[in-house]
Amino acid sequence: MGLDTNKIRQDFPILAKEIYKKPLVYLDNAATTQKPLCVIEKITEGYCDCNANIHRGVHFLSQMATEAHEAARENVRSFINAASAREVIFTRGTTEAINLVASSFGDSQCSEGDEIIVSQMEHHSNIVPWQLLQARKGIVLKVIPFDENGVLKVEELNKLITPKTKLVSIAHVSNTLATVNPVKEVIRIAHEHNVPVLVDGAQSIPHLAVDVQALDADFYVFSGHKIYGPTGIGVLYGKERWLEAIPPYQGGGEMIQKVTFEKTTFNELPFKFEAGTPDYIGSTALSAALNYVKGIGIENIAQHEHELLEYARTRMAEIDGMRFIGNSPQRSGLVSFLVGDIHPYDMGSILDKLGIAVRTGHHCAEPVMQAFGIEGTVRASFAMYNTKEEIDILVAGIERARKMFQH
Amino acid sequence: MTINEKQDEIISEFEFLEDWLDKYQQIIDKSQSGQKMAEEDKVPENLIEGCQSKVWVKAEYNAEDGKIYYQGESNTDIAGGIVVMLVEVLSGHTPDEIIESDLYFIDRIGLKEHLSPTRSNGMLAMVKQMRLYAVAFKSKMGL
Repeated sequence: MGLDTNKIRQDFPILAKEIYKKPLVYLDNAATTQKPLCVIEKITEGYCDCNANIHRGVHFLSQMATEAHEAARENVRSFINAASAREVIFTRGTTEAINLVASSFGDSQCSEGDEIIVSQMEHHSNIVPWQLLQARKGIVLKVIPFDENGVLKVEELNKLITPKTKLVSIAHVSNTLATVNPVKEVIRIAHEHNVPVLVDGAQSIPHLAVDVQALDADFYVFSGHKIYGPTGIGVLYGKERWLEAIPPYQGGGEMIQKVTFEKTTFNELPFKFEAGTPDYIGSTALSAALNYVKGIGIENIAQHEHELLEYARTRMAEIDGMRFIGNSPQRSGLVSFLVGDIHPYDMGSILDKLGIAVRTGHHCAEPVMQAFGIEGTVRASFAMYNTKEEIDILVAGIERARKMFQH
Repeated sequence: MTINEKQDEIISEFEFLEDWLDKYQQIIDKSQSGQKMAEEDKVPENLIEGCQSKVWVKAEYNAEDGKIYYQGESNTDIAGGIVVMLVEVLSGHTPDEIIESDLYFIDRIGLKEHLSPTRSNGMLAMVKQMRLYAVAFKSKMGL
């Protein structure tokens, strides 16, 4: 079933905007997605109608806000099919969720010489927290490489895992190469060695149906703003036995059971990991975004975006000097490219003047750039509201820019 | 020509280019036809790092005529065109003329937005660095 993008676009107020007197063509969705009116209204409604600090409030409004926050948690649970809402921790985003695991899991489970395995295509947010752990605990960071097409060499994982390996932490979908990694296979291999796996779902949650139990992921993390929700709210899913086994991340209110100056006991899951006032406005708005996605159907969105991506690659391949960075047969959501020797910054600047929003640079994945021996790429990334007409505008824009630099 | 005469010349080149893309074409052409720096001058000491573009600026003081001569280049054409214009305007003037100059052409050709510190082409840093060279030569030469 094709998506009714005309109807969908009416739900996103910003898409009617003009940039330099040209209709906005927003193709920077891997950085952040635009928000439907129901999400924007949910935020306003939260502050107008349902704002009081949650948990332990005896008054009506506080209980109402608490119920909304916990209903949002339950909605996230069902969206990713977690076994229990106790396994859903609200964070500020993917980055904070990975830092939480690197800190709580890393500090409690790792000693000097232990190993964490990531892939060569990780975003910096799945590299740097482990390097900080490396500095604290003397762990060793190992890397699963990818081939010239940007396909993960999953067979290397067996050779990398040793009795010292404590965790594999890997992107579900690459934010630079569009590669969809075989995370189920990665998890199967790691589990054969009793090694848990963290899946960075920042780029998979808006594009693919995710079932954390079917994947058997030990941790799965994502950001709300990449799936049409607000910024500043994200999710850490963790298997209950792991979340029980590792210590709290930050201390404060909310996360305690009893505090004396002699000894403090911690609250139960999920509150143990949610120190301070939670972003209950953000969580309920994220829940509204998930409902919106459910209403359209994630399978329908995936199909639509797949058609857009393949259409874009076919049309773009006609451009003289076009080079795709990332040619994995399993791909999703975006296309990274270079044209001749035109610098990505130059290409992006001209596209901007045509009203087309793309991202340029290293996309916070410098090791990927180093592997290809390039400084950066231009990246066009798609969402449910993008259309083939917008791809046509992009292709015409790239062609026009190419002629400006190569005339 | 004075700094202002050179600025007025650039302004007149851009005056009839109403479309943004035509202005950019002019900037790109300036970069592509601009004088290239010697590879050995593209060293970290001469590098002004923008977020995504690299710009090198080299300055030399000629004691005989008391003037500074700049060279500049970028790995991108848009930042490259901007640095070519800055070199064109400021090169061949005394440190005092450079320090006291009012670079109004940037605003007049519609590039003022590029002077914002949040822009990633480093234009603000280029202007600062070029003036800094003038200040440094002035104090070094006891002018």
